[in-house]
Amino acid sequence: MRPTDLDVVDLSAWFGTQPAVRGVSVDFREREVAAIIGPSGCGKSTLLRCLNRMHETVPTARVEGAVLLHGTDIYGDGVSPIALRRHIGMVFQRPSPFPTMSIRDNVAAGLRVRGERISRAATDEIVERALRRSALWDEVKDRLRASALGLSGGQQQRLCIARALANEPEVLLLDEPTASLDPISTQKVEDLVYELRQEVTVVIVTHNMQQAARVSDRTAFMLGGELVEVAPTAKLFTAPSDDRTEAYITGRFG
Amino acid sequence: MATISDPQITVPPRREHPSVSQREYTARAVRTMGRRKVVNAIMVGLTWLAALVATLPLLFILFYLLKKGASSLSIGFFAQMPKPIGEEGGGMANAIVGTLILVATAMAIGVPVGVGAGLYLAEHRATKLATVVRFLSDVLNGLPSIVVGIFAWQFLVRPVGHFSALAGSVALAAMMIPMVTRTTEEMVRLVPTSLREAALALGYTRWRTSLTIVLRTAAAGIVTGALVAVARIAGETAPLFFTALGNQFMSTSLTQPIGALPLQIFNYAISPYESAHALAWAGAVVLIALVLVFSLAARLATRARFGNATD
Repeated sequence: MRPTDLDVVDLSAWFGTQPAVRGVSVDFREREVAAIIGPSGCGKSTLLRCLNRMHETVPTARVEGAVLLHGTDIYGDGVSPIALRRHIGMVFQRPSPFPTMSIRDNVAAGLRVRGERISRAATDEIVERALRRSALWDEVKDRLRASALGLSGGQQQRLCIARALANEPEVLLLDEPTASLDPISTQKVEDLVYELRQEVTVVIVTHNMQQAARVSDRTAFMLGGELVEVAPTAKLFTAPSDDRTEAYITGRFG
Repeated sequence: MATISDPQITVPPRREHPSVSQREYTARAVRTMGRRKVVNAIMVGLTWLAALVATLPLLFILFYLLKKGASSLSIGFFAQMPKPIGEEGGGMANAIVGTLILVATAMAIGVPVGVGAGLYLAEHRATKLATVVRFLSDVLNGLPSIVVGIFAWQFLVRPVGHFSALAGSVALAAMMIPMVTRTTEEMVRLVPTSLREAALALGYTRWRTSLTIVLRTAAAGIVTGALVAVARIAGETAPLFFTALGNQFMSTSLTQPIGALPLQIFNYAISPYESAHALAWAGAVVLIALVLVFSLAARLATRARFGNATD
């Protein structure tokens, strides 16, 4: 078994008084792709957003429990959510390139707020590396100074992945990254996720079960804010141990 | 009326309909198609007319101003000082410089305050303070300009004991602020939440997200809004009566009374001399041209950084 990277301990999250995640405990291991599946509103996105403290950016949102990154509670005293988010990157459902920035500046956006000065040459290097890792380099290398809005939806999403990777995060959170993409772009992003496991821990939320089956090593199934089951992907989809998981993956609800 | 031979009309292929003969069907099709074309032409004509009527006042004003004022426009008008009233010639150099100084100072005060307030209202829209500020700002926007002038006089002229350019600029800024606040708030609200979240997830702080991502994304709209506000205050006369007062001499000091185009136009227009009237017309042309330059500058300044990015 791989060492644990991110350990979620009895985590609950609320919007106002409305609970969204109820007492979830799960661990995400180093260099593995974990998928979180479940029907709409089951709390999978909220759980993901608790992992880099994005949940608390919503007014009235509240979190209880602990999330240990290499043993350190990210909700502990003295942990800055700002610094934390540089270690745990996130990509959202809809591609969100910064419209006023060029392709290059988009990828370098995270570097600018690091506090230390990074030379132009070093930035170029980081940008190229991030774009190569997100399999976008060959498509954009001749127009790094052009607007990111000129890219297709799938390219924009891979640009967002490159932007997250430029921060050299240890964990990458993907919140339904292909929900707004066509099948070909989806496949490219999936291939990319598959590649990324070599270097970074990936947690992907999806309501596409085939996608979870294709890209992940382990899958967690959530229902009504609770974690029903987490198991190696092959096992979860062929021999789930919980009746509700079986009902969901065979399409009887959700 | 259109006929079947009209090459513009293609009759769609007949659907199966036993009660209508082929001939009758074709005739009906031609009738309805012909009527649609007529209705379409009338509607397009009406909207075209509405567009014309909407721009007509501006064209009229421009035409009339040029007709009346163009003859007095010369290099001297821009370079020379006013001559004693009643004498031929002379220019408005002092008023042009004065208006530029007044407007620039008003911008320096009004734009940062307005943009800051608008950003606050948009980013903290639900707070009590935001609701109150939004309401007050709307009230201020509706305040007659002469009231703003009296207010500035009360607080910046009376205590000091003399009129000043600064008092005029503050009055103009007070008129600008609610306009800039409103447009900034609206433009910032148009920036999707997903961009803010993307920035936060990269390790941006909230203020940095607001300033470098949100404000920059909304910048084009904000600059346009600010320049529209500038264009509106550049022609204000009433608030300047009590504050900047006007000045027959060249002055660039913020603490002294200063000339302004609208004031000069007003003074010349009510004078009994033909030569002064002509100068007033010319002043009006320059004022409009100034506003036009502001608008064009706004367009150029905010033209998308990536003009042909989508190739």
